[in-house]
Amino acid sequence: MSFSFTRFGAVLFKEFVQMRRDRITFGMMIGVPIMQLLLFGFAINSDPKHLPTLVEMADQGPVTRAVLMGMKTSAYFNFQGIVTSQEDGDRALRDGSASFVVVIPPGFERDVVRGLAPEILLSTDASDPSAAGAAVGAISGIVDKAVRQTLTGPLHYAASAADPFSVTVHKQYNPEGRTSTNIVPGLLGIILSMTMVMITAVAIVRETERGTMEALIATPVRPFEVMLGKIMPYVLVGYVQTLVFLMAAHFLFEVPFIGSPFAFFAGFNLYIVVNLALGFLISTVAKSQMQAMQISFFTLLPSILLSGFMFPFAGMPGWAQTIGTAIPATHFLRLTRKVMLKGADLADISSDMFAMAIIMLVIVTVALKRYRQTLD
Amino acid sequence: MNTGDMAISVRGLTKTFGSRTVVDHFDMDVPKGAIYGFLGPNGSGKTTTIRMMCGLLIPNGGSGQCLGYDILTEPQSIKENVGYMTQRFSLYEDLTIRENLDFIARMYRMKNRKTDVDDALKGLGLTDRANQLAGTLSGGWKQRLSLACCMLHDPQLLLLDEPTAGVDPKARRDFWDEIRRLSAKGVTVLVSTHYMDEAVQCDYIAYIAYGKKLIDGPAPDIPDMIGLNTWRIEGPNITKMEAEMRRTAGVEQVARFGSVLHVSSTDGAALDRVAAEHRKKGTYHWQKQKGGLEEAFIYLMATATDNFTEPKEAAE
Repeated sequence: MSFSFTRFGAVLFKEFVQMRRDRITFGMMIGVPIMQLLLFGFAINSDPKHLPTLVEMADQGPVTRAVLMGMKTSAYFNFQGIVTSQEDGDRALRDGSASFVVVIPPGFERDVVRGLAPEILLSTDASDPSAAGAAVGAISGIVDKAVRQTLTGPLHYAASAADPFSVTVHKQYNPEGRTSTNIVPGLLGIILSMTMVMITAVAIVRETERGTMEALIATPVRPFEVMLGKIMPYVLVGYVQTLVFLMAAHFLFEVPFIGSPFAFFAGFNLYIVVNLALGFLISTVAKSQMQAMQISFFTLLPSILLSGFMFPFAGMPGWAQTIGTAIPATHFLRLTRKVMLKGADLADISSDMFAMAIIMLVIVTVALKRYRQTLD
Repeated sequence: MNTGDMAISVRGLTKTFGSRTVVDHFDMDVPKGAIYGFLGPNGSGKTTTIRMMCGLLIPNGGSGQCLGYDILTEPQSIKENVGYMTQRFSLYEDLTIRENLDFIARMYRMKNRKTDVDDALKGLGLTDRANQLAGTLSGGWKQRLSLACCMLHDPQLLLLDEPTAGVDPKARRDFWDEIRRLSAKGVTVLVSTHYMDEAVQCDYIAYIAYGKKLIDGPAPDIPDMIGLNTWRIEGPNITKMEAEMRRTAGVEQVARFGSVLHVSSTDGAALDRVAAEHRKKGTYHWQKQKGGLEEAFIYLMATATDNFTEPKEAAE
């Protein structure tokens, strides 16, 4: 009645042979994550630069030119041309040919010299707030700096008379504001979740769908041996994926890893187990491989949207945060970012580990209950 | 009968799925060394019964033993000693022939795995194709490979669930030759089938319909147990005669075998009167004969179908 390593080993070996023969799936497991890493790592940028900008100039003095030059050197703005009326500027914003229109008011330089603190108007297309956000945040600093640099010599008095405002931006952990530093650790969570959940669910359902499960359970093999033998190979795949990922993160994207490797290893293993359990649960619900695939996809979407991978977690409404908290990826994302970017150790990630453990407990309980029912 | 002589002996076996009773108080005795035919229409509960007897399903009611092990409490021991071949091809199509055999051998934790697998390959005549993927085999070869997998651990009892469904006649004949060879070696075989010509080859037969057993016994006794009287009719334009016989009172069953017609009835006297009347005309040649298994099964299937049309839902 006891656990047999011979039988467990046989299932494990068989699973590896099948994995090797199924070239497409195997390629997907190793190739797709790398491709996604390269794509997302390089392509997604929430701090976009070189945005098309138009200028409506009613003043052409040296101060104005200094302001425009300053904006240009900041690399946020890419000047496309000059508009002569407000309508032209509005039209350009509407049809998307420009993201910004800078309006220099008439007599700008004269007012600066007189100390009247004139206003520069920056009209922006805010339909994509994240695209324009960084540039908007940077504009006052850029302008201020540019104006001060010009107001030298006899005009020095005007510089000190100008509005004494200063914007301090202090970016911690990611001083350059590089998106890849944030997105690469997050991507690991998403890709692990995708592979572990979907492949596990499909691998188990495939056995039922093809009728091999019936022949298998007619042999003396125990259900536990089958499950373990089927799941272990994919744990190994998860290890390989993570290794490839960490290497790419280090060499390609120069994402730091300053925390405790042990803490990461512990959290990462727990995360894999949670996802396998979820895949197992799906396999008890799905009747075909197609269904298993679809259900897996449904679990994937919230992992991407609500976990804080795509959008800031703190910016979500309360109910969405509640849903997000129930998603394992949310906690793994926090954990990974903490360890890799902020140098956390095991004590710092205990709350995330605890949350994942609870989620796992719930999933395993439901999965085992369902598994017993499907045996009949 | 002494249960010690029985490979399988079950009493009052019942299985319900939700509110449906799929197998209803089923009794059966399979003598050791026999080829036992298990017949019945689709959805009659054959597969469920077989699964309960080999420890795959726990019955809701009833009791029994299989090879001396209790079907309720010792399913693990039954699995170790029984070979079960499922209805569908249930080997791994993406594994080679050798890998499939080797995998099954490891499931039974066989000691001399390598030699046993080699022997099985030799027995199949597939030694040269051992590294071919199982999925590329023809239907007949798949069935033979499945059977070889079931026999790998030398079980004393073979449970075959419609093993020859969808297999060509030549392969079916080969398959049955193999079954008889195994039976001669003392292996008990329980085989479910749809085919009449296969049923005829069995020593014992049980007929199940809609979860209930209608009849069982030694194959030669079945026609007498049903009590069918049969006349054989030969002559010109047999199609017209067939139509006429179907309308004639006193004839319960008309079965056509090529150019020959078999008419049967449980009421022998009534049928004899019909025969006497027609023989006077002399157009057709009438001959009384002992009822065979064929007529018996057609009769059983006809009654079973009636039984079956009432509740529509079918369960395998």
